[in-house]
Amino acid sequence: MKPILTVDKLSMDFGGLRALDRLDLEINTGEIVALIGPNGAGKSTFFNCITGIYLPTGGDVYLTPPHGRKKIINGLKPNQVTKKGMARTFQNIRLFTEMTVLENIMIGRHCRTKASILGAVFKGPGTIREEKEIVEDSYRILVKIGLADSVNMKATNLPYGAQRRLEIGRALATEPFLLLLDEPAAGMNPMETKELDDLIISLRDEGMAILLIEHDMKLVMSLSSRIYVMDYGKKIAQGTPVEIRNNPKVIKAYLGTEN
Amino acid sequence: MEYFLELFLGGMTRGSIYALIALGYTMVYGIIGLINFAHGEIYMIGAFTALITASVLTIFGLNPFAILVLAGLAAVVYSSAYGFTIEKVAYKPLRNAPRLSPLISAIGMSIFLQNYVLLAQTSDFMPFPNLIPEFAFMEPWAHIIGSSEIVILAVTAVAMVLLTLLIKFTRIGKAMRATAQDRKMAMLVGVNINRVISVTFIIGSSLAAIGGLLIASHIGQINFYIGFIAGIKAFTAAVLGGIGSIPGAVLGSFVLGWTESFATGYISSDYEDVFAFSLLVLILIFRPAGILGRSESKKV
Amino acid sequence: MFFVNEIKKSLLISCWFIFLTFPIMVIRINPYEEIVDYRWNNLILVGVGSFILSLVGRAVQRRREKIGQNDTDQTAGSTFRIATKMYVPLVALSVLVICCFPFVFSTYQTNIMTTALIYVVLGLGLNIVVGLAGLLDLGYVAFYAVGAYSYALLNYHFGLGFWTVLPIGAGLGALFGILLGFPVLRLRGDYLAIVTLGFGEIIRLILENWNDFSFGPSGIANIPRPSFFGMEMSLQAATIYIYFLMVGLAVFTVFVVNRLQHSRIGRAWIALREDEIACQAMGIDKTKTKLTAFALGATWAGMMGVVFAAKTTFINPASFTFLESAIILSIVVLGGMGSILGVIIAAFILILLPEYLRAFSDYRMLLFGATMVMMMVFRPQGLVAPRRRCYQFRKTDDPAAGIK
Ligand SMILES: Nc1ncnc2c1ncn2[C@@H]1O[C@H](COP(=O)(O)OP(=O)(O)OP(=O)(O)O)[C@@H](O)[C@H]1O
Ligand SMILES: [Mg+2]
Repeated sequence: MKPILTVDKLSMDFGGLRALDRLDLEINTGEIVALIGPNGAGKSTFFNCITGIYLPTGGDVYLTPPHGRKKIINGLKPNQVTKKGMARTFQNIRLFTEMTVLENIMIGRHCRTKASILGAVFKGPGTIREEKEIVEDSYRILVKIGLADSVNMKATNLPYGAQRRLEIGRALATEPFLLLLDEPAAGMNPMETKELDDLIISLRDEGMAILLIEHDMKLVMSLSSRIYVMDYGKKIAQGTPVEIRNNPKVIKAYLGTEN
Repeated sequence: MEYFLELFLGGMTRGSIYALIALGYTMVYGIIGLINFAHGEIYMIGAFTALITASVLTIFGLNPFAILVLAGLAAVVYSSAYGFTIEKVAYKPLRNAPRLSPLISAIGMSIFLQNYVLLAQTSDFMPFPNLIPEFAFMEPWAHIIGSSEIVILAVTAVAMVLLTLLIKFTRIGKAMRATAQDRKMAMLVGVNINRVISVTFIIGSSLAAIGGLLIASHIGQINFYIGFIAGIKAFTAAVLGGIGSIPGAVLGSFVLGWTESFATGYISSDYEDVFAFSLLVLILIFRPAGILGRSESKKV
Repeated sequence: MFFVNEIKKSLLISCWFIFLTFPIMVIRINPYEEIVDYRWNNLILVGVGSFILSLVGRAVQRRREKIGQNDTDQTAGSTFRIATKMYVPLVALSVLVICCFPFVFSTYQTNIMTTALIYVVLGLGLNIVVGLAGLLDLGYVAFYAVGAYSYALLNYHFGLGFWTVLPIGAGLGALFGILLGFPVLRLRGDYLAIVTLGFGEIIRLILENWNDFSFGPSGIANIPRPSFFGMEMSLQAATIYIYFLMVGLAVFTVFVVNRLQHSRIGRAWIALREDEIACQAMGIDKTKTKLTAFALGATWAGMMGVVFAAKTTFINPASFTFLESAIILSIVVLGGMGSILGVIIAAFILILLPEYLRAFSDYRMLLFGATMVMMMVFRPQGLVAPRRRCYQFRKTDDPAAGIK
């Protein structure tokens, strides 16, 4: 199976702090991979570097679309990365709080649609059709993530778990083939976590690959086919859930910080 | 050469005044991340208070030195009071608002204060008495540098030293530095943020008032509008040096003072303000972190 | 008990303000005759005024805290929500008033109305930049100046007429918007504000000093009014003509801004205002989106500049100071960022009130400043909070769309 995401010796320095240290990682079509590590290990920094929000100080990132050629993507702007088919959520929820739930999703459709200013002003048949499609596609996504009842609600007024799902929905609207989730279950109650679990599996079944940062080990172990473990910016282990569970290095990294 | 020296010292005098104002911008920015647009007006109010005090005291027939001291004191007290009040009225309620809200509030405050002085006093230029005496020992150099310029340089130097000592060694100075670095952390370790912010405004306003008094006495006239241009220039200086950095503000002020002095001296005085504004625009576009500032990367 | 406490606090505050305003409000010196004038009644004014304001402010604050806790209405609401039933008669009435106005009132009144309409359009234009895209542009007046000078100069040198220059002015506005916007739009919000302010001042200073180009501070006079198929018109007819022209342009602007607001681009602007990073991560090109907003705003300013020059027939750099930008900004702030109706109402309030209530006219700028502060502190969403569009859907049983 050919990898859709290849990360090669990625490094990131903040002043004197080395947040990522020559990290390698690969993700194949249709698999769920987890990235775990103690707090401050550099997981979110990894996401920010591969999605173009930070400019990594070293290494390369390649993306291979399902029917396309392998392309280097570091140095691209975040919007270009998203357009290439890799979308993400944020650890601390970043919704458009003053916009409605539906509009949040509609923003995700932006990069797959193309109405211009003139189109918007004259509202020709093409624009009207496109606008209708945006609304319908967005609604379909809301149904999928179980928020169809809150279409016109302001995003801030959603309960916490729903906000997290909305962020996933917004990312889905950009039609990614690889979805990056940064601690999607953080702050969720068991029922919300269960719903999230189902949602992620249904996405995988549709053929989407998912890279997941998560502290909830139960979720990680049950969902992922492979796990990467990092600590202090370095990769310290990789393998199947069973291998990771029994890896002494991992146990040490976690116990070392938890005690 | 003499002309060069004159321009150099003239630029340095200008720079000193800018520095006194720029410090207020930089300190407030360092603590609460706000461009205090009304800071120029505080300087203007300082100058007006000094003028009013001096005039009243002159009529009472006090001796010039006493007048200078009392007018300076009144300017400092009143400017601080204004700075303190402005923060409480226009900025404090907006501490958790979106970033642009306090800035808009500050612009409103600036316009309000300008027109407040315009309406309560006058729109004309008011002659400002020369409070600084001509020193006899300055006679030989009078064509290069005047007595009031020497006083401006000296007062600025003293103020800088005092400020540095205050920030380095006092309790409140340490609290200020802590707050500037990380407000949440400072709060957690028991720093009273409201007090730190108020003190920052008071110190910044006092320095601006001193600047207002000195420049008004040096130039000899003031009106309600002097704060606007001076404020923008001082802000330019603060950005030039790296906003948030105290030595940066001083350095930036001198650089700006010299730029203006040499540009008007050697090129043309028509475009005096254009030089400053162009410098501002160029700095912000090409090096928004300034000379001494570090470019901040936002954590995501 | 609570009330007594509040009164005590307000009394203290009023004492503080008496102290604060004492030198500036009470003492006035006449430097030439060495007379000092003490205006003690101002002291009472300040005392009573600040006492009342403080009481009111406290009451408002308390009420807000109370409502703040159960403010969970589902869609963004507004106090000025007009019932749909009222909508048609209201529109009909406004159309009637607008059409009859110049025939009922004097030329002078019509002129004021035209000015108000110019500010409506300027407000709506700036609203795109500040209200929708969240870019605080403090140099908006520069584009207004570009429009005005392009008409004045093109007419002076080449004899071009109003109707030819109107699109040129708009185009030049857009061009300047892009030229200025391109380098500065990557700056953070507050720096952007200052840079635009700097640019605005630079343009004004150049107009003031470059005599060969712009005729310096004395400005350009005898700019022709708009022509009506080449006919000569009396002053009165010309005034009415410009009035209706402005009505037309205002309607056109409302139409365009309204369409933009609810379009793909408009949503991107709002998203950008809310969260730049998330917006980019959702595939929106930050620079391009900002630039469109900036250039569109500038287009409207350029267009209004042409109309302004044609209306007053005389322009000089003094019409394009920072204060002008601040006035337009306070219209947007008062109206409610991103709200069309709000901006229209605010423009009329802020422009007409000082004209008609003579007592206010001296306090015009003072009020503008105070408005900006008060709105930010007490009602940041503006008079008419912008409302988001609501969508209705039939419940689908489309199995492909469900979770399981
Ligand atoms: N913009 C930045 N500037 C400076 N340092 C940063 C920046 N972003 C992250 N860091 C540092 O990089 C390190 C890794 O942070 P990161 O947020 O990636 O950790 P994480 O693995 O996501 O932790 P958590 O589980 O708490 O989310 C931390 O020490 C953090 O302080
Ligand atoms: Mg993280």
